[in-house]
Amino acid sequence: MNTLTDRFRPLTGHRLFWPALVLVVMLAANTVYRPGFLSVEVKEGHLYGTPVDILRLSAPLILVALGMTLVIATGGIDLSVGSLCAISGAIACLHISEASDQNSLSTVFTALALAFGVALVLGAWNGLLVAVIGIQPIIATLILMVAGRGLAQLITEGQIITINSGPYRAIGLGHVLTLPLAIIIAVAAALLVAALTRRTALGLIVESVGGNAEASRLAGIRSGRIVFLVYVVSAACAAIAGFMMTANVSSADGNAAGLWIELDAILAVVIGGTSLAGGRFSLGGTILGALIIQTLTTTVYAMNIDPQTSLLFKAVVVIAVCLIQSPAFRARVSRRRGATTPRPTTRQPEKEQVSA
Amino acid sequence: MTGSRPVLTMTGISKTFPGVRALHDVDFRLFAGEVHALMGENGAGKSTLIKALTGVYEIDEGTITLDGEQVAFSGPMQAAAHGVSTVYQEVNLCPNLSVAENVFIGREPRRLGVIRWGETRRRARELLARLDLDIDVTALLGTYSLAVQQMVAIARAIDVRARVLILDEPTSSLDADEAAQLFRVMRQLRDEGLGILFVTHFLDQVYGIADRITVLRNGTLVGEYRTEELPQFSLVEKMIGKELDVLERLDEQPRRVVSSRADATALVDTAELGRKGAVAPFTLRIHAGEVVGLAGLLGSGRTEVARLLFGADRADHGQIRVDGGKAPLRNPVQAIDRGIGFCSENRRAEGIVPDLSVRENMMLAMQAARGWLRPIPRRRQDELVDRYVQALSIRPANPDLPVRNLSGGNQQKVLLARWLITEPRLLILDEPTRGIDVGAKAEIQKLVVELSDGGMAVLFISAELEEVLRLSHRVAVMRDRTMVAQLTNDDTLDADRVMRTIASGTHRKEVQR
Repeated sequence: MNTLTDRFRPLTGHRLFWPALVLVVMLAANTVYRPGFLSVEVKEGHLYGTPVDILRLSAPLILVALGMTLVIATGGIDLSVGSLCAISGAIACLHISEASDQNSLSTVFTALALAFGVALVLGAWNGLLVAVIGIQPIIATLILMVAGRGLAQLITEGQIITINSGPYRAIGLGHVLTLPLAIIIAVAAALLVAALTRRTALGLIVESVGGNAEASRLAGIRSGRIVFLVYVVSAACAAIAGFMMTANVSSADGNAAGLWIELDAILAVVIGGTSLAGGRFSLGGTILGALIIQTLTTTVYAMNIDPQTSLLFKAVVVIAVCLIQSPAFRARVSRRRGATTPRPTTRQPEKEQVSA
Repeated sequence: MTGSRPVLTMTGISKTFPGVRALHDVDFRLFAGEVHALMGENGAGKSTLIKALTGVYEIDEGTITLDGEQVAFSGPMQAAAHGVSTVYQEVNLCPNLSVAENVFIGREPRRLGVIRWGETRRRARELLARLDLDIDVTALLGTYSLAVQQMVAIARAIDVRARVLILDEPTSSLDADEAAQLFRVMRQLRDEGLGILFVTHFLDQVYGIADRITVLRNGTLVGEYRTEELPQFSLVEKMIGKELDVLERLDEQPRRVVSSRADATALVDTAELGRKGAVAPFTLRIHAGEVVGLAGLLGSGRTEVARLLFGADRADHGQIRVDGGKAPLRNPVQAIDRGIGFCSENRRAEGIVPDLSVRENMMLAMQAARGWLRPIPRRRQDELVDRYVQALSIRPANPDLPVRNLSGGNQQKVLLARWLITEPRLLILDEPTRGIDVGAKAEIQKLVVELSDGGMAVLFISAELEEVLRLSHRVAVMRDRTMVAQLTNDDTLDADRVMRTIASGTHRKEVQR
């Protein structure tokens, strides 16, 4: 019994073991419920199937969560990503809707560049508030979370902007080499962020600042710059996610686009094993976390769970994942199982009662 | 004055934390109507003793009697209810509440569950009047000076029929006038029959107010003395202790040669550098290849000097020159750029990043200096890490372990390596050998000698005089946040003389030409 657990320790000890296991279990449960769940087929040169759908639909969340991972690793949090999705989507759609030829590639690229630029500026605003002025991240980004919705409404003038642009729609629904473009974009973004953090020293410095800010300062790290940068990166990721969401439906709704995605993104990061206290982060874990959340959503639909109670279902699974990952919880469970081992008896010094 | 029976007696108190014996068989007694100073260096067990008394810690052995009755408090609240009140170093009050609210927080006079504000204010005024303090009790506490806040904390403490008042470093953030005001109140309370237990690092204050002194060292009782029977010099000696440690049996280093550097430009040269509330203006020159020791008791301003030289805190007085040129060191980055490195005494909070690996912790300063866009190639990292893991005998020799899994001594060596990798010209070592075993201590001392022989300047801060004397060319002595002397380490200098300088605070400067 012991040798068995010992043999699997290198595997179970891996930080991504538990989230990966949860994902596998969920996929297995779905397959049992609906045997065709995992089947993938090629139709008209495109890959189709539930797994592909899960990947495609999780692409925006993966993007937002990647940026969120870096922010959280520095010990911060970015609540404004949902609003940033809405703003970037609204700007892009507005620009395209006003163009004479909505299908022109140059129009779409101008729209994307414009919206992306605005998102970077807004990210810099967040960074400024947190890194330079020193406002607590949760408050600093709350400003843009609330004000950003208003800004998006202002851009769309309270309407839903509908566009009819083939190239723009392709961001959400197009295919390249049989794969949905959204998946390719998400993978590319993940590789880019991974390269940005692990090929340079950015990852180390982010983890150092999040792990011990004062020690980092005394080691000569200009933590202000790094903190500023991660909010800009987070905004950039949110902008691309915003393009995908609006492209999926060929319209920009300032109110609904990216609503509550910041919460899903934070969940994805936490499920992926990055501590909210900052420090060590795992991009792979975050991606797994995002996939778990999207799989959950898909499962809820697939199993015909009442949509009104689906959030509760989601919450239960998330709590389970977090508990499984918690070393303290696991220790408690395994201690209970192995309760036959005698506990060390601690001699409690007798306390004298104090007369009042 | 000191009546027949002590109001408080602690007998044979022992307390062990995992791996540390914090208190061993300590006796302590406090009489009504006396101010009793509890003295000792950091780690001597002063705070542990206070926490054992107030029930923050459960004691392993020993008994505590209050007014002849054996007691064991479950915590500070219960202790306070029995007349043992504590005022901590940091004012533990709420600056955003009014003075009256602070005095009565948690035990406001009530009628039918409703707070009687008029009564609260009236009684707060009465209590403060007892301390000769006439202030508006409805004003927010935060609008008053720290000294007044300290008084309010005391007013809160003495309200509950206090018989014993514990003041844990109440003066550390007060200036001289404010401290004097506090002492007036302490004398008055003493004369009213309160037993006051007083902890401070300032020697002058002890002799200004204490009737009796108990000295602890390394968790054991050194002795209890009447203040007038214990000269300052003996007190310092008893606090520091004359450790015949293993080091002295190691190869005795030859006395460091004082090289004449009359004409050489100092590497670092401060002119009246100071920071209000931290350290009085001091002038200190450090040359390349020189080891300058910084001696003094804890809290004497040693660390503050180091932090100013490294730009960790900003000086608000005087200037600093590096290589003869003006160099305002406003932050660590500027200091590092000029070749200064700093190992903090506070390894845990200001040194290591616990989750990162040994390798990452070692590379941090160098990487920070290069910027994140220029990562250090893995091969170069391995080369440097391997070299220093070997040179400093870091154990376990696995650079990929999280640094928090290493022992304190090895963490210290990792920090040393972090700075050595940057090849600094001045390395500031604040208590580099504290809390580490004798072997590691000797290695670090040997390293300091080697480094200075190689041309590096070192500012070596340590509470252990023997160590400072063994390594330094020159010893600067700190006392009460002032640099009181700079002594050349020649044949005439020994621990006694340094101790006497610490104790007497002679303003004798041996000017470096």
